[in-house]
Amino acid sequence: MQTPAPFEYERARSVDGAIEALQRLGSEARIVAGGHSLLPMMKLRLANPKHLIDINELAELAYIREEDGEIRIGALTRHVDLQRSEPLARHFPLFRDAENVIADPVVRNRGTIGGSLCQADAAEDLSSVCSAAKARVVIRGTDGERVVGMEDFHVGPYMTAVGSGEMLTEVRLSLRPGAGSAHEKVERRAGDWAIAAASAAVWMEGGVIADAGIALSAVGMTTIHLGRAEELLRGESPSDELFAQAGEIASADCSPSADGRGPVDYKRHLAGVLTQRALRRSTARALKEEA
Amino acid sequence: MHVSMTVNGEQVSGEIEPRLLLVHFIRETLGLKGTHWGCDTSNCGACVVLMDGKPVKSCTVLAAMCEGHEIRTVESLEVDGEMDPIQHGFHERHALQCGFCTPGMLMTTRALLDENPNPSEEEIRTAISGGICRCTGYKNIVSAVRWAAEHEAAAKQEA
Repeated sequence: MQTPAPFEYERARSVDGAIEALQRLGSEARIVAGGHSLLPMMKLRLANPKHLIDINELAELAYIREEDGEIRIGALTRHVDLQRSEPLARHFPLFRDAENVIADPVVRNRGTIGGSLCQADAAEDLSSVCSAAKARVVIRGTDGERVVGMEDFHVGPYMTAVGSGEMLTEVRLSLRPGAGSAHEKVERRAGDWAIAAASAAVWMEGGVIADAGIALSAVGMTTIHLGRAEELLRGESPSDELFAQAGEIASADCSPSADGRGPVDYKRHLAGVLTQRALRRSTARALKEEA
Repeated sequence: MHVSMTVNGEQVSGEIEPRLLLVHFIRETLGLKGTHWGCDTSNCGACVVLMDGKPVKSCTVLAAMCEGHEIRTVESLEVDGEMDPIQHGFHERHALQCGFCTPGMLMTTRALLDENPNPSEEEIRTAISGGICRCTGYKNIVSAVRWAAEHEAAAKQEA
């Protein structure tokens, strides 16, 4: 039987209460939301928190709303709600692409965006999605809030910028004109982790790619942010040749390991192909040409 | 710690360790053995129960998280000796052999029909993609859900 090691349980009644508990209990305390990453890790003794602070009752952290030129997503928003959100699908369709293939519908009823990002598992899809969409996250502590870009959020494998006594409360996506985005994933079977996945977003201006975001899942120790490929695309007109070059960068700049899901050369190949596909679909969506 | 919740319409409570998983609370504390405990890793779906009407994998939910919530297990499907249409469907279409996945499949597909009374084959296959059945190849399960959908629609028309 797999059971977590003993811990003390506390149910948070407010965000401030959760932060107060984190401060009071110190580094041995962890926030638990959907629990679909943390509880399996605790069963395997890969995580051994002495205290769990349950935030599942904090309805004020479950929302998707448009505000001040941004889409704001509360940390407790569950995968199923991200999948079904029409505003999110309209402005950032890569979220629905990803949610259709993250785990399975039953798991998606529990897992949350905040938990996914804070788990900082390089194989997890929402991290590359948020990276490509150039999301910023709100981290709250007793001294107030700070806003951190995705490029500074993941500081290593399973490590984030969330400090002790702090919690992630919101994900913000800027609404800019000409946006298109897509997430492409190859998995061995329904609900499995990716063999490789690519997230892309483009912002078109007058037929030219004004800005781009590209990131890869499952092909490195962390989410791979493809800065070189983004630079290549900026100011260029979209074309298959251009996307092929971006794909070559993706193959070169990822660092996959061989495992049961495939050898290194196959994963590099996938990273390149999926990057091209994601860019092609992103551009088609930005130009409203998607078939 | 103390926990209380509604299970199959009845208020229940117990003194538990915080680490107790919902599946063990249901099976051991309450003695409701209909819910099966399978892979323990949220992959197989045998332990699916409904939490506030939505299917969840009870091996990956703490009993403590269910304080004040409504849980429904497979035991709730039969009412006054009358099987739920989804159970009839599984019977009519021979949607099980060994039966290990069945409680999870029944609860997952009951929730599907509650939300979408007329699901397509693709929608059924997506809904049950979090459950593993090693006997049927899923074909008869899909057929059983269609059977239940059609019979529920017919029953509603008659009413």
